[in-house]
This record gives sequence, structure tokens and C-alpha cells, in this order.
Amino acid sequence: MTGAEFVPLSLTPLLTGMFAAVACALPGNFLVLRRQALIGDAISHVVLPGIVVAFLFTGTVAASAMMLGAAGAAIIAVILIETIRRLGKIEPGAAMGVIFTAMFAGGVLLLEQSDTSSVHLDVEHALYGNLESLIWLDAVGWGSLLDPTALASLPSELLRVSLATLGMALLLWIFWRPLKLSTFDEGFAATLGVPVRALGLGLVIVSALAAVAAFDAVGSIIVIAMFICPPAAARLVTNDLGRQVAWSVVFALLSAGAGYILAGYGPLWLGGTHAVSAAGMIATVSGIILAIAALIGPCRNRVGAVPAA
Amino acid sequence: MFVDALTFGLGYNATLVTIGAILLGISAGVTGTFLFLRKRALVSDAISHATLPGIGLAFILMVALGGDGRSLPGLLVGSAISASLGLLAVTWLTTRTRLGEDAAIGAVLSVFFGAGVVLLTVIQTMTSGRQAGLEDFLLGATAGMLYSEAVMIAVGGAVVLLLVLLLRRPMTLVAFDPEFAASSGVRTNSIDLAIMGLVLGVTVVGLKIVGLILIIALLIIPPVAARFWSDRADRVPIIAGALGGLSGWIGTALSATVPDLPTGPIIVLTAFAAFIVSFLFAPGRGVLSAVLRYIAFQRRVHVRQGLLAIAQGQPVYEPLTRRLLTRAGLAHADGVATDAGQARAAKALRDEARWDVVRRHEAFAGTAALYDGLREIESVLTRDQIAEVDRLLGGPREATSG
Repeated sequence: MTGAEFVPLSLTPLLTGMFAAVACALPGNFLVLRRQALIGDAISHVVLPGIVVAFLFTGTVAASAMMLGAAGAAIIAVILIETIRRLGKIEPGAAMGVIFTAMFAGGVLLLEQSDTSSVHLDVEHALYGNLESLIWLDAVGWGSLLDPTALASLPSELLRVSLATLGMALLLWIFWRPLKLSTFDEGFAATLGVPVRALGLGLVIVSALAAVAAFDAVGSIIVIAMFICPPAAARLVTNDLGRQVAWSVVFALLSAGAGYILAGYGPLWLGGTHAVSAAGMIATVSGIILAIAALIGPCRNRVGAVPAA
Repeated sequence: MFVDALTFGLGYNATLVTIGAILLGISAGVTGTFLFLRKRALVSDAISHATLPGIGLAFILMVALGGDGRSLPGLLVGSAISASLGLLAVTWLTTRTRLGEDAAIGAVLSVFFGAGVVLLTVIQTMTSGRQAGLEDFLLGATAGMLYSEAVMIAVGGAVVLLLVLLLRRPMTLVAFDPEFAASSGVRTNSIDLAIMGLVLGVTVVGLKIVGLILIIALLIIPPVAARFWSDRADRVPIIAGALGGLSGWIGTALSATVPDLPTGPIIVLTAFAAFIVSFLFAPGRGVLSAVLRYIAFQRRVHVRQGLLAIAQGQPVYEPLTRRLLTRAGLAHADGVATDAGQARAAKALRDEARWDVVRRHEAFAGTAALYDGLREIESVLTRDQIAEVDRLLGGPREATSG
């Protein structure tokens, strides 16, 4: 595999996948610890109607409109879930299930009823993403990385997910201490004056933003898998939050890298002729990592539980 | 055309599919109720997504053995096996590791679904053109269904419903009060397993109609909607089953009438409409009745405060209080009390004084806890007790000595 082949065809999808994985895994650590892991699942379902509505209004698949639509849908969903939970006294899991399935169904219906045949917008795209299509047309080899005109034609998805990753890392660094406190001992954090409710809501919103940024480039499977699998695996490896976050980043990078390469080149090694879905393979690899961590992770048992023989 | 579809007038296949959807809706509603009462509604999400790799593998296996990859029974068996594996994985992660059930559900659903997508792309490249149809399992498609498949779905729906009806009693017991169920000899673990088995059955039968992404909606939305109508553990499943069956019926009919309407989303949105109606208008727990209750409470407080003000000779300025007093014939439009108003005011003041006594004497400690400023004293004390209170209260006194 030469640079002339790898750089234009595989480098950008690989990097996009890796950045998206890290952007989701970072907030995922806190969601897993707070037992809110399924928020990622819910968000990635509800963005579909948002994206379709944005398309119907603007008539384009411009990224900015899509992002706005998706973010709007995510916020509406959060409000609706809270409304049902509070007014109807329904447990949060069920309230979430009602809203995200209904919104997803509405999105599918809108999609089927509107004329989207001219643009690349369908349910499969929303689920699997289009990682493989993020090719860098102007690149000719490794040298293109230093060539400004070639760099200008980099797929914009890559720029967006890398910015999202940077933003996540920055927010995590700024809010590290209050976030850590309120995640492990909400009551204690509140007595110290940490605004725990605002922080909890902020975490959900930031997760939604990460999901929306990643969703457009990689589809909802990777978003859900990366919110949960790398942090969950990291949780089974260490007891220290800082190390857990570090491990989750490693696992996310490993899943995205190995998954993409296995999907693209694995079938060729096995004698096949066509690549398989990179999104699916990345999720599968993250699952394998989680399975290994669940089997041999040094901190896999509950505190106080008798270790399995 | 829509009426034709509702009354089974669209041909044999469509009728079978509609019957299948109704039976599926009823069984999903009833089964989902037990899942919902056990607070495990989202486990079904993991089970349904975990069917995809089974469908893919079954297809590959059947083609490898020289058969038709699209044979529905084979695909359904494959989906059931991989869904069971998914359920096992959730249980194992929750019980054997420190991960919570939410993380286990999310991990299983995304990983199994991802593996399924990989298999779908493998199938796409394996034998071109023969893959058509597997994507239908994502969102359901009843159009162009074979006669044998329609029969299978109708029969499958009937079997699941029969099992639900047979297991209804122990499931109610376990869902409502697991400790009591265990102490009266019900094996709660087996019943929990049976609930999950039924969820699996609903998922597999529903694959072709609703699709695996949205089948969870049929298990969650009707029970949540039904919960608004009743607090009784024996009625909620029945209502949920009825709502689910209705959604299946109307949804399939709509989808058969309008072109390009995928069946799954339509059924789900029909169920959601039923939920909205329940959420807003159900008596007792619905939003509308809560608002009405709140308004009624607000009025009682205003009237009570107005009467106390009148009794103490203070003028009433608050506009709502004045309006309510006038409307009840207790005051004139200028805020001056009528005779009836004076009488009610005197009674209100005397009752306050009686409550005062009740709260000061230990003999009435239990009753005193019921004091909320609105309760009629006659509703909590017997006539003899009130006489006793009046004795403690003593005769008429100067208004200032109070």
C-alpha cells in the first residue's frame, strides 16, 4: 500500500472515524458512570427527523442546516422526555423509549414521503454513515499534507469532527473537577456549591453536540457504540477516573483504526474482493474490546463482590 | 379504500397481514406492560437490534447450503438465536461485571447491530441481486409478502398471544410485587426469563411487519399509554393490549392504503397518537385532569381565605377571590358579604378555632396531622368528638382574646 493510494482514499476516512470515536468516547465516560449511557442511543435516533426537516426547509444537504436541524431535534426530544417524565410520572427509561421511537418513526415517514431521491439522504445513510465516501480528491501522496491547495479540498467532515474532539477535550479539561465530583457524589458536590443540575444538563447537551457532529460523518451505529463501548471497557480496566478517560481514548482510537482497516482490507486478505461496512466493523471491534475487558479486565467486578472463580 | 383496509376488504394476503399485526400489537402491549412494570423496558431495544446478525448469518448459511436465502422461517430462527445471545450478553455484563444495565444494553445493541451491518455488506457483495429484502427487516415491509409468510406471521402472533394469556397471572404477580411473588412460591427468575422469551417472540414475529428498529416502540408505547388510564395491575395489561392491537390494525390499514408508507413507522405513530390522547385526556393521571384538579384546589383556597377575611371583618381585595365569592352567592359585587356568606364565614372561623384546639390537644394528635387549612372538620371527626372540641373551646368570648 503506497502513499499515493492510501492518502487520498483511506487517510481522511480513517482520521474522521478516529476523531468521531474520541469525540463520543470522552463524554461517554461520564454518561456510563452516571447510568445515562442510553442517552447516546436516544439522541442518535431523534436527529433523523431533525435532519429531514432541515432538508425539507432548505432543500439542500448543507452541513450547517443539517447540524441545526439535528441539534434542534435533540433539544426538543430532551424537553419532551422531561415533560413526560415529570407530568406523567413515568420512569425515565420508558419515557425515553416513547419519544425516541416516535421521533425516529416520524423521521422515516417524512423521508419516505418527501422527494429525497436527488440527494444522498436515506435511512441507511443515517444508520451506517458514509465513512468510505470521505475521499480526499486532490491528494496525490503523503506530500499533499504540506500542500495548501490540496489541503483546502479536505472533506469538511474531517474538520468538523476534529473541532468537535478538540472542543470535548477542552470542556472536559475546564470542568474536570466539578464534573468528577458531581458524578461520584452529587450531594457532596452540591454542598460545595457545584451547580449539579446545570452540570448534568450541560453534559447531556454537550453529548448531543458530539453525537450530532459525529453522526453526519459516521452514522448512528458508531455514535452509539463509541459513547458506550470504549468507556465501559475502560471502566473495567481501572478504578481511577483520569486513567479511565485515557484508556477510553485508546480503546476508541483502536476500534476506529482497526475497524476501518479490517473493513477495508480484511476481506482482501481473506480472498474477497469487496470491502465491508466500516461503521459496522468499527462497532464490532469496540464490542470485541469490551468483551475482552469484561473477561480479563483487572477491575471488572463490583466493589465488594466475590470475584468469579 | 381505507375503510376497505380496515374491514379486511383488500384481499387474502392483506387480511392475514392485518390480523397478524393486530395479534402482534395485542401481544406486544401485554408483554410490554410486564417489562415496563419491571422497569426493564429498554432491554427490548438490545434484543431487537441483536436480531440483525442472526438474520445475516442465516441468509449466508442457507445460501451456502444451496437453499433460498430469503426463506422466512430460516431467517426468523437465525434472528431468534442471535437475539437470545444478545439477551445473554446483557445479563452477563450486568451480573458479572460492574457495568450498569444501561451500558450493557447500549453496548449489546450497537455491537450486534454493527456486526449485522457488516454481514449485510458481505451479503451485498456475495451474490449480487439476491440480497434484496433483508433491509426490509430494519423498518418492516408488508407489501409483496408471500402467502406463506403472511400465514406464518398470523400464526406466530396467535401463538405469542396465547402464551401471554397463559402466563398472565404469574407475570402480573412478579411485575407488581416480586418479593411477595417469591414468598408465595413463584419462581421469579423463571418468570423474568419467560417475559424476556415473550419479548423475543414479539420481536421475531414483528420483524417483517414493524422492523427491528421500531419493534421496541410497540413494547413500550402502549403500556406507557395504558398506565395513564388505570392504577390496577390487572387492567393495565388489558388496556395496553387493546391499544397495541388498535395501533396494529389502523397502522396496517393506513399503510396498505397510501403508497410508499412503510408499515412500521405508521404503526408506531398510530400508537404514539394513542399515547398523546392518554397523556392529555386520561382521567386521574392525564395532564388535563391534573390541570382541572389544580384549578379546583386553587378555588377552594381562595374561597376559604375570602371567607376567613370576611369573618374577621377585613375587606377582600384579591380579584379572583372576589369573583369566586360573588359567583357562589357569598358576596355582592362590591365585596360585601351576603347573609349566606356571613353564615359560611362564621362557620369557617369557628372551624379554624376547632382545628386550633385539635392541634393543641394530644388526644387528637392523629387527626391534627390531617390539617391542611382546607379540610372540613366534619370529615375527620365524629359528632361526639366535635362536641368535645367545642367543650374545650369554651363559650363565646371577646374577639380580641382569641
